[in-house]
Amino acid sequence: MSDASPVVTPAIQITGVTHVFRGKGRELAVLDNVSLDLPTGGFVSLVGPSGCGKSTLLRILAGLLAPDQGSAAVAGVSTLLRPGLVSYMPQKDLLLPWRRALANATLGAEVGGAPPAQARARAAALFERFGLAGFERSWPAQLSGGMRQRLALLRTFLISRPVLLLDEPFGALDAITRREMHTWLQQVLRDDERPGEAVRSVLFVTHDIEEALLLSDRVVVMSPRPGRVVAEVSVAFARPRSASLVVSAEFVALKATLLAALERR
Amino acid sequence: MRGTSAQAAHWALRSARELTPAGLLLATLVGLWELWVRLNGTQPYILPAPTRIWDAFLQTRGTLPDHIVTTMSEAMLGLAIAAGAGILLAAAIAVSPLLRRILYPVLVLSQNIPLVVMAPLLIVWLGFGMAPKIVIVALIGVFPICISTSEGLLGADREMIDLVRGMGGRTWATLRYVRIPAAVPAFFGGLKIASAYAVLGAVIGEWVGASSGLGIFITRAQASFRVDRVFVAVIIVALISIALFAAVQLAARLASPWLYIRQNDE
Repeated sequence: MSDASPVVTPAIQITGVTHVFRGKGRELAVLDNVSLDLPTGGFVSLVGPSGCGKSTLLRILAGLLAPDQGSAAVAGVSTLLRPGLVSYMPQKDLLLPWRRALANATLGAEVGGAPPAQARARAAALFERFGLAGFERSWPAQLSGGMRQRLALLRTFLISRPVLLLDEPFGALDAITRREMHTWLQQVLRDDERPGEAVRSVLFVTHDIEEALLLSDRVVVMSPRPGRVVAEVSVAFARPRSASLVVSAEFVALKATLLAALERR
Repeated sequence: MRGTSAQAAHWALRSARELTPAGLLLATLVGLWELWVRLNGTQPYILPAPTRIWDAFLQTRGTLPDHIVTTMSEAMLGLAIAAGAGILLAAAIAVSPLLRRILYPVLVLSQNIPLVVMAPLLIVWLGFGMAPKIVIVALIGVFPICISTSEGLLGADREMIDLVRGMGGRTWATLRYVRIPAAVPAFFGGLKIASAYAVLGAVIGEWVGASSGLGIFITRAQASFRVDRVFVAVIIVALISIALFAAVQLAARLASPWLYIRQNDE
């Protein structure tokens, strides 16, 4: 982790992205000159009120939407209208109801052209670590909310891209399950050794400040619509971080800083 | 999987229990019918008693199978063609807005041509064989199948399509992984409607002119005032229709198992 890397190209580079949604004589400015860098191997969270354009920014990075202005690049390659360069997990789990759990997990690999047998073997090996062992043949409708999210995450992990975009992956979960998922996600990322492949970088969208502080190296605060970057806070706690960190004085102080940034706008 | 035979037994028991009231009603009505005919001495060419219809069935047992095979073949072949054509038309409608504008009105128009007018014309064009009947069944069936399937293809979840696009999938991948599976239940919905009318369509075609089939069997029975035989044929038509519908229902279940998950599995 700490040895000097010669690579200077950031994992994600967003420069001056501005976007306006237009429809039926109405204009809705969602992003206003947003710039953001994410170093390779880093974990950066985007926090902001609902509707501040966080999800739109991820859709732009995922190549699903072209912004009016600005550029977005992954490892130096522009992603504008070029889907497939990142592993993107949308806000809903979006499991396909007609595929069993294992087949849902391999979807990304199959779309990417991997041989199904090989994709299944790789996915099956990860079911245990994602707390889904024994549920390979279940239909999505038979899984609990936490399991559905883990399965959606597993599907995202199996898309072998160096950049993960996670859009409120735990937003729909209850507080207890969410806390479990935080510990678990850190563990999974730590164990995520993929021989011969670049270390993963994560851009994580949330509206939960605690979650952002607990998981990230850096937290970026966005303003209400149209979204602008209003503050950036480095989070230097040693890893692995435990859930009890949230009651430490340093943590509370950082939380206060972020809350103030959110209030200030 | 676990307890499949127990599950099947449970299912059989439940459907038997569900069908019992209807069966009782039917048996009562048939009994009253028999009584009515016997007490009033109704002539068999006006209304034959159920027992007489059963006798007529036993008498015609030798010739009936050929007619049944003809009618069933027409219905099933017509349905298969309707399914194939319906899927192709639905795909065309789903893929291209231009084709949608061209095909939709023509399809709706085709449903407004009365069959009674079409049937004799088709016999003039295609002869007395099975061909015109197959065409009639297909014409009836293609409409619900095409409309239903195209709506399934077009109505697929936008976000799921975006998910596959985000993975680098193009049009074909979105069809294969999202649109087509999403349209499977809709396709079977259309096929069920088509199957309910398929046997009827074949019989109407045969009625106008044929050498074999339950329709011509009915025409001949009527011409010789054998109303009991007409009833035999009508009952058989109904039974074939029900069997065809049940077969489609079963196929739908097998093709979309995720829609039939037992609730207590959760």
